[in-house]
This record gives sequence, C-alpha cells and structure tokens, in this order.
Amino acid sequence: MENSNLSEPPLLSVEDLHVSYDTPTGLVRAVSGVSFELGREKLGIVGESGSGKSQTGRAILGLIAPGGQVRARRLEFEGTDLLTADLRTMRRIRGGGISMIMQDPKYSLNPVMTVGSQIQEAFRVHSKASRKEARARTLDMLRAVKIREPERVYKSYPHEVSGGMGQRIMIAMMMIPEPDIIIADEPTSALDVTVQLQVLAVLEDMIRTRGMGLIFISHDLNLIASFCDRILVMYGGKVVEQIRAVDLAQAKHPYTRGLLNCLPSLDGGQDELPVLKRDPAWLASPGTTP
Amino acid sequence: MAAEQTLRGWLLAEIPESKLQARCQRIFISWLAFIRNPVAVIGLLIIVGLVGIAALAPWITSSDGLEPDLANRLLPPSSEHWFGTDGLGRDIFDRIIWGSRITLYIVALVSVIVVPIGLLIGTVAGYIGGLVDTILMRLTDIFLAFPRLILAMALVAALGPGLENAVLAIALTTWSPFARIARAEALTIRNSEFILAAQVQGVSTIGILTRHVTPLCLSSVIVRLTLDMAGIILTAAGLGFLGLGAQPPTPEWGAMISLGRQFLIDQWWVPTVPGIAILVVSLGFNLLGDGLRDVFDPKSGG
Amino acid sequence: MIDIRDLNVVFGHGKHVFHAVRDVSLSVNRGQSFGLVGESGSGKTTVLRALAGLLDRVARVSGEMTVAQETLLRHRSQAFRRRVQMVFQDPFGSLHPRHTVDTILAEPARVHRLDRINERVVNALEEVGLDASFRFRYPHQISGGQRQRVSIARALITGPDIILLDEPTSALDVSVQAEVLNLLMRLKREHGLTYILVSHNLAVIAHMCETLSVMQNGEVVETMNVQQLRDHTPAKPYTKQLLTASLGYDRTAIDAFEEFA
Repeated sequence: MENSNLSEPPLLSVEDLHVSYDTPTGLVRAVSGVSFELGREKLGIVGESGSGKSQTGRAILGLIAPGGQVRARRLEFEGTDLLTADLRTMRRIRGGGISMIMQDPKYSLNPVMTVGSQIQEAFRVHSKASRKEARARTLDMLRAVKIREPERVYKSYPHEVSGGMGQRIMIAMMMIPEPDIIIADEPTSALDVTVQLQVLAVLEDMIRTRGMGLIFISHDLNLIASFCDRILVMYGGKVVEQIRAVDLAQAKHPYTRGLLNCLPSLDGGQDELPVLKRDPAWLASPGTTP
Repeated sequence: MAAEQTLRGWLLAEIPESKLQARCQRIFISWLAFIRNPVAVIGLLIIVGLVGIAALAPWITSSDGLEPDLANRLLPPSSEHWFGTDGLGRDIFDRIIWGSRITLYIVALVSVIVVPIGLLIGTVAGYIGGLVDTILMRLTDIFLAFPRLILAMALVAALGPGLENAVLAIALTTWSPFARIARAEALTIRNSEFILAAQVQGVSTIGILTRHVTPLCLSSVIVRLTLDMAGIILTAAGLGFLGLGAQPPTPEWGAMISLGRQFLIDQWWVPTVPGIAILVVSLGFNLLGDGLRDVFDPKSGG
Repeated sequence: MIDIRDLNVVFGHGKHVFHAVRDVSLSVNRGQSFGLVGESGSGKTTVLRALAGLLDRVARVSGEMTVAQETLLRHRSQAFRRRVQMVFQDPFGSLHPRHTVDTILAEPARVHRLDRINERVVNALEEVGLDASFRFRYPHQISGGQRQRVSIARALITGPDIILLDEPTSALDVSVQAEVLNLLMRLKREHGLTYILVSHNLAVIAHMCETLSVMQNGEVVETMNVQQLRDHTPAKPYTKQLLTASLGYDRTAIDAFEEFA
C-alpha cells in the first residue's frame, strides 16, 4: 500500500471499519469495510452524498449518533485502540490527539461566546495553563492562521466575522491543543472559491510545520486532487480506489473514471457530459484494502 | 380478511396512482406515527368517546334530564341513578350525557369561528407584510386585550343571554393567538423558494395564500386549537357559572357545577361529577394535541 | 431578446441601505445561453430575480428591462409569466412539501388556463426523463436530482421561450449534475430556448454558455466570450484570479492572490 512515510508507523490505522444504523425500514450500512492508514500526510476522502465519507470521519472520533454501531477489526491511533478506549481516554484524544473541523463555522462556533474565550477554553481543556498563558497562546494561534488583528478578533463574536475568517478561527481552535491528526469534513464547501484556497493554504502550513496528518473529506474531486497527497474514493460505504493524487488521471476503478469524466471542464466544449453509469457490482465487491 | 389486505396494500403501495391515493397514503403514514404514542391514543379515545356518547344520547339515557322530580332530590349514586340526582331531582348521569352534546357544540362552534379567522388574518398579515401586517396585528392586539367576561356581558346585554352568545364572546377573544401563530409560519414560509416559484408562475396572491401558505400553517393552528380547547370549555363553564351562558334547565356542565356548588360538602356528587367530566374532556384534548404536535413536527416527515 | 440597462437594486432604507446591484447592463440574444458568474454577494442572483419580477415588493428596482420587445413594468404581465420561467437552486426548497408532483406541474397550466392539462403533465415528466410512477409522489419521497428534474419540468409546462437558471446544479452530486446539465442542453436544443444561467462555478458556465458576465459587489466586472475563458485570457485581474482559483489548489498562485475589496 501507499504510505508516504514508510519509515514511521502510521498515526492512524483503520481496518475493516463498519458503521450501521438500525432504522424502522431495516439496517442501513453507512460504512462497509473501510481500511486505510494515515501517516504525516494529507489524505483525501472523496465521495458523493451517501458514500459514507463523513461517517468514516466521525467513527474515528467516536462521534456516531446514538443508534449507530461501529465495528472494526482495528481502529488504532498511535497505539491506542479507539474501539475499546474508555471515556476519559477518548476525551483526551478528542482535541488533543485527533481534532475535527466541520463545514459551517456558523454552526460549530458557540454564538454566545467571544472567539477568544472559545479558543482559550479549547486550550485549557487539554492543558493546565493559566488564563494569561491561554490568552497569549490564543493570540499566537490567531496570528498563525493569518488573522491580521488578533486582539480585535479575540473580542468579537462569531456572527461578526466573515465565513473565511470563521473557518480560520475554527482551525485555530482545533490546532491549539496540538493534535496529531486533523479530520476536516467539507471545511471549505461553504466558502467562495478564492477564500477556500486561502483557508486551505493556512491549513497546509500548519500541518507541515507541526508534522501532522490530515484527513480531508470532500465531494470536490478536483480540490482534493490538487490539495492532498493521497486519495481514497468512496462509494456505497466502501473504498473503491486508493491512489496517489498525482496518479489520479490513471485511476483504474470505473467509478473514479466516471467521476473524472463527468465533470465539466473549463476547456471543454459544449458536448454532452459522459454520464456515470452505476454498476451494482461496485456495491457487491468488498472494496480495496491497503 | 381479503378486503383489509387490499386496503392496506393500497395504502402502503410503492407507487401511488392518483392524488387521492397519495393523500390517503400520507394520512395513513401519519396515523401510524400517531398511534405509536400511547398517550395520544388515550386522548383520541376520550374524544371519540365524547362524540360517541353525544351521538348515542337518546339510547343510553333514561330521561332528557330536564324534568324536575322534587321527591328524589339529592340522591346518592345508586344502581338506579348512576351518578345520583341533583338539587331538582334530575338524574345526573342523563344530564352529563346530554351535556356532552353541548360541550361538543361549544367546541365545534368555537373552532369554526376561530380557525378560519385566525388563518385568514395571520396568513395575510405574514405574507403581505408592511402596512397590512401592522394594521392586522394591531387589530389582533385589540381583541387579545379584551377581557372575556366584559365582552360576554356586553353581548348578553345587547343580544340576550344564551349559549350562542357566550360562545361568540369566547370565540372573539380566542382567535388572536391563532392569527399570531399563522403569521409566524407565514413569515418563515414567505421567502421559501417554492413561494418564489409560484410567484414566477404567475399564481395570484390569493392562490398563494390558499394553496401554498395556509396548508403549511394549518397543522400548527390545529395543534394549538386542541391544546386551547380545555381552556375554552372551562371558560364556557365559567360563563355558565355566572349565568351568562347556558340558561337553566340546559344541562351544560359548567352550569351544573354552579348550581351544585352549594351541595359540595354533603352531596359531593352533584358538582363533582360534571367537574370530572370537564376534566376528562379537557385532558383528552390536551393529550390529542400533544400527539398531533409530535406527528406534525416537520422532522418526522410528511 | 433580453435587454437590461442600468439595473439598480437597493434593499432596505435609512441607515441600513444595501446596494445589491449597481448599474448592471446586459444583453442576451434569442437562443443564446448567457452566464452570470460571481462569488457570494456579487449580486448575480439578485439580477435574475429582478428580471423575474420577484423583487418589486421587497426592494427598489430601477433601470430598464426589455424582454422580447416588451418593456417590463412593475407588474409582470401574464404573457411574460408564460414566456419566462425559472429554476431555483435548492431542489427541496423549490417544491412545495405538501404538494404532489402532479399538483406542482398542473399549477402553472391551471393558472394560465391551458388546455389538456393531464397531457401536458405527462409530457413534461417524460421530457425530463421521469416516468409516470413519479406523478403522485411527494418531494420528500424522491431524490435531489429527481426534484430538480421536476423543477425543470414545471418550467416547461407553459411552453416558455426563456428559462432563468439560478445555480441549478450547485446542490447536486457531481454525477447528478452531469445528467441535469445534459438535460438542460438537450431541452434548449429541442425547444429553441434562451437561458440565463447563474453560477459560482466557472466550469459549469464554460460548459453551458457562449457569453458571460463576471460580477463582483453588485457590478459587472467584465463581459466576455466563453472562448476567452477557455484561452485563459480574461481582461480584468479579478476574473483572472477567479479563473486561477477554479483550477484547483496551486500554492504559488494562492500566495499571489490579491484582496479585491
């Protein structure tokens, strides 16, 4: 399998992950047998709605809604088994080991607390710093995500900042406890395209300087291909292809090829877009494993 | 049974083949969700029971409950008089049963007045906005501020005492909250894309209000109505108590409590039984309202 | 066919005035696909809604708009409503949750007193690739792509000449987007339609349109031929930056991004 850092053990090992829900209309399998490893690299998980990509990210952090069952042969973070970890261990890992950035800062930032106090809180949960230290660290963090007036932003409320700034604040908040892995679930989908890229640049810098691993979940194949190092393509709860981003044009699985072909391109003419023909065989096969 | 199988089949069919079938399917699915809640079912049974005894009144009573029988005053409950007799010797059981018709009459009359007025004023105010909204909402406020009793007395003075006038007074002071609810829903809906789509189609404002806005306001209003019903019945009872509503010898439950009050200590059944009847029916409406609200919640779909 | 001159749209009054569209002019010929591209807050959707006559009660709209030689006044005529239709972005939000597909499709026919309503509904469904089994379903019972097809079918019922498309595929999966874009192209060919397509996605615009205007902060930054887009030769720096950003993550390019106030 492809791992850009073969000398080190992987930060995260996922083997045969299953997430299913019991609904009145029967058992729904959101994730069926996903396996991959994550090193200090940017891993993209791409898929359409219902592919199970978000559920995979949440399962790693144990954030599956009640009623959902998570099973895996192995789900290990830096030697700790995430499946059997107790609540205290999980609390330590969440934020301090693995952190998550979600799509819309409007919904993930507390609207009644100032930006500064929220970030501070995130820091002090995972360290025994004093309030003064926490404030200093918070301001540093805000500067690190290229926010130009950190003191002013520190005192503002989430609704007073723009979307792009809100996401950078989220990044600051999620990075401050110094996790080793960030899971970003459609972190830029709600943003304009230029702002998207600027936010991702900030994220990339932080990940590189701290040697972190990133799981980037998105429906945007082009964005993932240009931003990430490796790509997992998901369909129907399974990984149908694992490939290095640079090799995407040579993808082998018909679903991946179909996705690539059906995208309208800036250079294309006004011909008909090839339509993705879903083969039921894709759902039946067990999916790729590293 | 074969007939039941096909009906159920028709209601659960994958592909509805007519508007009627689609609508029945939706109602059926809502029904299934409703009966999953045992408390709501109890509420429904109570109300169905109320309607049942009102309908069957001529057959389950032994008298019309109106003729005094002074020889048999204030008898305790017995096998002959299940709930005993009142101050004028009338059988309380019979009066309760006949009184259920009056309760239903009050419920129906108030609903028929309050729901259309509330919906009309609320949806128009919410959808059109601006000056129209301001005027209608101030009108709503005026009626909200009216004390029921004063209005009832004014109507009685003008039109004479009677149940209808009491009900009218209640209706006129009850419609305001419904208008507010409908207005709140209309305000939310008014910027939805399906409303914009209707405008682009050229649907008239009246068409949008009746076919698009009102159906979405209806469920909130109905839930509120069932929850308010307890209060409405009690208010009618209160007005009857004051002599402003149902006139003797009408067996209205509130009036029965009023007349029976003096007997509370020694002949407790005279005011208590109608009191329990009011309690049970109010509870029934409350539980039904709660159940309906759970079903109509948009998160449960449909 | 469509001519907009000096369109201005202002929301609110007093201290909270918001000038959403400033002096926008554009021109669309019959049978053309015209693209309006811009980021959020650029005013592109507002222009479309102003043209559709949806803003007259909520904003101050000034300027001259002509459609098929008819000058548009504050109140749109029934002929306009038959001729100009619109497809919205949110496939769930643009269909009434309590109406069946049949009711949704029959409504425009009834409003304009067209004949043979039943036939028209069945035909419209067929044209967008949905079979009769969808007719009496409710919106929450069908998928996003299918809902968008119903939206398109609804737009076709009155036999329009012009369809305004407000981000018609932005809320759809990529594979479904391809199907819907193909459908839109086919319908345009078969019915000789004229489109104005609003999108933030340059690739979609480049695929569907011949001419486009780039908007920012309520103004038109430039109007160009799609070939200029394909050749990567837009005139204005804002458009150049937008184009670069649409190509994907490129660190050197991103570091050179300017802030266009």
